[in-house]
Amino acid sequence: MTQKQPIKPCFHCGLPVPEQLDIHVTIDGKNEAMCCYGCQAVAQSIVDSGMADFYKFRTKSSQKAEEIVPEFLQQLKAYDNPQVQKHFISEGNEQVREVSLILEGIVCAACVWLNEKHLNALPGVISASINYSNHRARVRWDNNRITLSEILESITRIGYLAHPYNPDRQQAVIEKEKKQQLRRIGIAAVLGMQIMILAVALYTGGWWGMEESFKQMFRWLSLAITTPLLLFASSPFFSAALRDLKNKRVGMDVPVALGIGIAFSASVLHTVQGSGEIYFDSVAMFTFFLLSARYFESSARKRTAEATEALLNLQPAIATQLIVDSDGGYDHQKQRSVAVTELAIGDLVLVRPGEHIPIDGTIIEGSSDINESLLTGESLPISRTINDSVIGGSTNTESPLVVKVDKIGDDTVLASIQRLLDGAQNRKPAIARMADRLASKFVIIILLLASVVAIYWYQTDPAHWVAITIATLVVTCPCALSVATPAALTAASGQLARLGLLPTSANALETLSKATDFVFDKTGTLTQGNIRLVKAVSLTDDDIEHHLHIAAALEAGSEHPIAKSLLQAAGATAQTGEAIKVSQLDNKAGAGVNGLIENTQWYLGNINYINQICTQNISSAQLAEHRINAMTLVALATEKKIFAVFAFDDELREEARTLIAQLKQQNKTITLMTGDNEANAQRIAKQVGIDNVYANMKPADKLAQVQHMQQQGAIVAMTGDGINDAPVLAGASVSIAMGSGTQLAAAHADLILLSNHVEYLYTGYQIARHTRKIIRQNLSWAFGYNLLAIPAAATGHVDPWMAAIGMSASSLLVVLNALRLTRSKN
Amino acid sequence: MEALYLLIPLALILVGVIIWVFLWAVKSDQFDDLEGPAHRIIMDDDDKVKEKPVNTSTEKKG
Repeated sequence: MTQKQPIKPCFHCGLPVPEQLDIHVTIDGKNEAMCCYGCQAVAQSIVDSGMADFYKFRTKSSQKAEEIVPEFLQQLKAYDNPQVQKHFISEGNEQVREVSLILEGIVCAACVWLNEKHLNALPGVISASINYSNHRARVRWDNNRITLSEILESITRIGYLAHPYNPDRQQAVIEKEKKQQLRRIGIAAVLGMQIMILAVALYTGGWWGMEESFKQMFRWLSLAITTPLLLFASSPFFSAALRDLKNKRVGMDVPVALGIGIAFSASVLHTVQGSGEIYFDSVAMFTFFLLSARYFESSARKRTAEATEALLNLQPAIATQLIVDSDGGYDHQKQRSVAVTELAIGDLVLVRPGEHIPIDGTIIEGSSDINESLLTGESLPISRTINDSVIGGSTNTESPLVVKVDKIGDDTVLASIQRLLDGAQNRKPAIARMADRLASKFVIIILLLASVVAIYWYQTDPAHWVAITIATLVVTCPCALSVATPAALTAASGQLARLGLLPTSANALETLSKATDFVFDKTGTLTQGNIRLVKAVSLTDDDIEHHLHIAAALEAGSEHPIAKSLLQAAGATAQTGEAIKVSQLDNKAGAGVNGLIENTQWYLGNINYINQICTQNISSAQLAEHRINAMTLVALATEKKIFAVFAFDDELREEARTLIAQLKQQNKTITLMTGDNEANAQRIAKQVGIDNVYANMKPADKLAQVQHMQQQGAIVAMTGDGINDAPVLAGASVSIAMGSGTQLAAAHADLILLSNHVEYLYTGYQIARHTRKIIRQNLSWAFGYNLLAIPAAATGHVDPWMAAIGMSASSLLVVLNALRLTRSKN
Repeated sequence: MEALYLLIPLALILVGVIIWVFLWAVKSDQFDDLEGPAHRIIMDDDDKVKEKPVNTSTEKKG
């Protein structure tokens, strides 16, 4: 066996540097290796603008950078159009404008720092601030000195992607709700502390003796402080309990509201009477603890909404419409930017290379390769020409197209995928419903028990029935029970977020920890999702660089993805060598190219094409000898001799192999499902070590297969990327989406992997198992505690203050136990 | 114990001030981004040191 070279990580993005590539950027006096020209350009511009410190500060590798194509810049220009800006600009006049941007590619605090510094250094930018927690930027600029497109472009230059977005009304409501919750928690905490001070004074006073006048004053003071707390901070419990009762349901809020209500009314009565216990401290404590627990919960929910909102803004918002003359003719020069929603059936749209096709339609001019990988999972672009139909959301990769709009709104393919997705989602919360039923039964039991206790003690010991009933309600207050799970989940979410793995649904971790089957999509999940030159082998004594130059010269004019990656690979050395002149260039579609260089006729094409032309043939033995095993092979030859073979592949993510090996060690069943053909699927499966392979799967097939597995009793964890995976993701027991891919899929998954590091999935699985263990510990503690405390309280052995202390100590223990999750390294 | 008649109103006034400050903080978005400022302050400091590399090197010699 040959020794395997250690894989060098790219200094910028941390992904492995391809063997043949040797490009560097000097950072802090050191030559650092880069994995591609995109990363190189980004790293260089970060260093050039004097912000190389970014690499010192950051705690995570950046996202892999894409090269900036001129078409992309052209597309950005559309954002300068006042008609388009109308949708995004939140305030401002002719000159000073303000926009909200969603930033993609933020992985750690240093990214925020870098972007802020960079934006504020731009001449014409008045202020720029970025929110670390939601990756939103707010930028004010002077329109006379800089344009919006220039701002967006400069963000792209340092390796991030910014989309203007329109914060909608729903978002504003959520913001307002969050602030109201914060106010309630804060006020419950501050007032609660005052009440506790008085309560402690009364307790110790009860023990050591205290003047009756002071006791009475403290009671009235407590009442005065508790009343605003009850009216403001506790009001959500009462309104929720009322809503529950109106709908003839019993939720967690009913005993809470009842407990608080009885405690408060009894305390008021005792204050007025001037004798007996008061329980105002209990009222404050329940309110504070429960509000805090709910705040954590709703923060997690808010994250889900943000992801969904972000993806809506990622669908193409603007299109270039061609203005049709009265005689039906049109001109490429006569165009205007319009919002996609304003397009009508029959309109003509110009789609430049690199742009997303805004809507379903038919090509009426031009032909190009369309990348539909987001919709169909097909990894290679498909060529489409006049009268072919194209799908909104796919990418035009090669040359300009004029498309006639066929379908709009709900009729588009994208919208129907969305509907399929909704259907799959509606069937999901079966587990959640069961949890609800159990909880509501538990609550009914508590209520029944409390009333039995109340009636019994009212008859036997009328002086103490209130105290004992409250103690029962308080001791059994579902606080510890209801905090047990969210506290552990919140802690785990924080830990996962640090890895770039965002859980978006409450039962994601629970199900992930129990998963028996892991299903992976191929394109973009196990592989990088784009074609790259992975190996170049010289079959002669000449240097491979030389062959690469000739090949690049032959492909110089082409826009085919293979040609592009060949040019990209040759780019590093091409600058130093003299330009190679090619004449009589001829392109044989689907086979290869040939041209005359210094009186030699060179051929570059696929193996069949070269074997036809060249007298020498490439045998599979020869390929095996050089260990070439890739998706697409291209050979460089003359009529007599083959000079070099270039292997292209949708490169496997190196981390995928580790991930699969680790999961196999845990005895998980691992399956590959892909829309790609059998050969490619088998090859990738072999490389990573997956035994079960399903190829040529349409989205519906994948969903059916996953459901079949579930019927056999499997708990399926699906990892995918792409809109076509979205229905499967929703149908799986737990779904993980590659967030760097399609945002739509990401929004509807239970977990979103924000980075390209699939191996974090295993770490996520471990955290999920740890979380499950902690939740179990917490729940058994909560049940065990209740099992001991309820009989004690019901038999009158627990004073309300003991019940309150027991309850808060119990919930504190539960939270502290959950906090252990944040300390675990793995 | 009569001090309580002074201390309790004082405490209540203090509570009022604390609540007012807290409500102001919520209103002016102080709780919107709890992580960013912590990172920001550290990074900006380092940046200033870097602008004067001469000073740091002489300090080391001394």
